[in-house]
Amino acid sequence: MLRVSIIGGSGYVGGELLRLLLAHPGVEVAHVTSERLAGKPVASTHPNLRGHTSLQYVPASKVAPCDVLFLALPHGSAAKRIEEFAALAPKIVDCSADFRLRDTAAYERWYGEEHPNPAWLGRFVYGLPEIYREQIRAASYVSGVGCNATATNLALLPLARAGLIDTDRDVIVEVKVGSSEGGAQSSDASHHPERSGAVRSFATTGHRHTAEVIQETGVERVHLSITGIEMVRGAVATAHAFAKSAITEKDLWRAYRAAYTPEPFVRIVREKQGIYRLPEPKILAGTNYADVGFALDEATGRIVSICAIDNLGKGAAGSAVQCMNLMCGLEETAGLEFWGLHPV
Amino acid sequence: METTCPECEATISLNADTVEGEIVTCPDCGVELEVVSVNPPELALAPEVGEDWGE
Ligand SMILES: [Zn+2]
Repeated sequence: MLRVSIIGGSGYVGGELLRLLLAHPGVEVAHVTSERLAGKPVASTHPNLRGHTSLQYVPASKVAPCDVLFLALPHGSAAKRIEEFAALAPKIVDCSADFRLRDTAAYERWYGEEHPNPAWLGRFVYGLPEIYREQIRAASYVSGVGCNATATNLALLPLARAGLIDTDRDVIVEVKVGSSEGGAQSSDASHHPERSGAVRSFATTGHRHTAEVIQETGVERVHLSITGIEMVRGAVATAHAFAKSAITEKDLWRAYRAAYTPEPFVRIVREKQGIYRLPEPKILAGTNYADVGFALDEATGRIVSICAIDNLGKGAAGSAVQCMNLMCGLEETAGLEFWGLHPV
Repeated sequence: METTCPECEATISLNADTVEGEIVTCPDCGVELEVVSVNPPELALAPEVGEDWGE
């Protein structure tokens, strides 16, 4: 059994990691940290775990050396303390944005500050197995992925790899997301009577995950807008790109199959009949699946590519556990077999 | 018997007792297909039924 610990376990990503790791057949969870909640049962913040664990939060200073350390800390914390964490475990998966970008200039542009620890940037592999499976297998340090970036990357990757996009035109991506993306901290804006039923355009321009999309797809002229909708979990990216030459839907089928056959967690969803014809985030809640679909307007060459995920699943903790499986030589799908619910 | 979907190019296996005129559904794109020939196996888009899919 691998001994793993979670630094920062009281937030939503920490809770999702804990849910997946406690049920994982190859893993034993040693410590889960929270400075604020030290001594309290982890089930006091994650009630779905009642009866499944008697673990209590400990302060980070109490964490013993282990095989794998997951970091689920607020932005900037992991980078400032990475040497301390690296002394505790030979393998680290950091779910924050601190080590996602390879280029310090890109980091400064999108995060508006100097990277606190640029020497470590090159030591992390970007944790999207659909791109970096072999590098992740060999890695000691893997960076988790951004949820909106993941939905967008998986929507654009087949088109980018097949060279179908007219790179002289802009690619516009609208991402609709659930409220859990805002994290477990409450704010005036998340107060239930204010948030409930809202369609909130909260990141119309300048979203930081754009940097990850440019880095991973190579599509330079890509623009993201994020809208919070009436959903707790889920993200669906709808990308609009223009084909560089006349194509048919068959060309799109070939491109998507080339990118995702036989990926264990990416399904091509583009059906001619039935109710769920294109990716729908609600049936993915709690799963590690990314459903990807497309449509083509042959008259204008506009390709609409859609990817749905659970933002806490494939968009965060699920991908992180998938990476741990690869890094530790476990079955890639171990602990991630939940199929989701219908109806839900 | 194996053939391909005329809509999405998925490989489709037909049972040995498949007969001409049978309707099959593509497992990948969900389109309804009519078996227009069994030797060699060939599929064509079946006439569409009324659409009741909406917002
Ligand atoms: Zn088909």
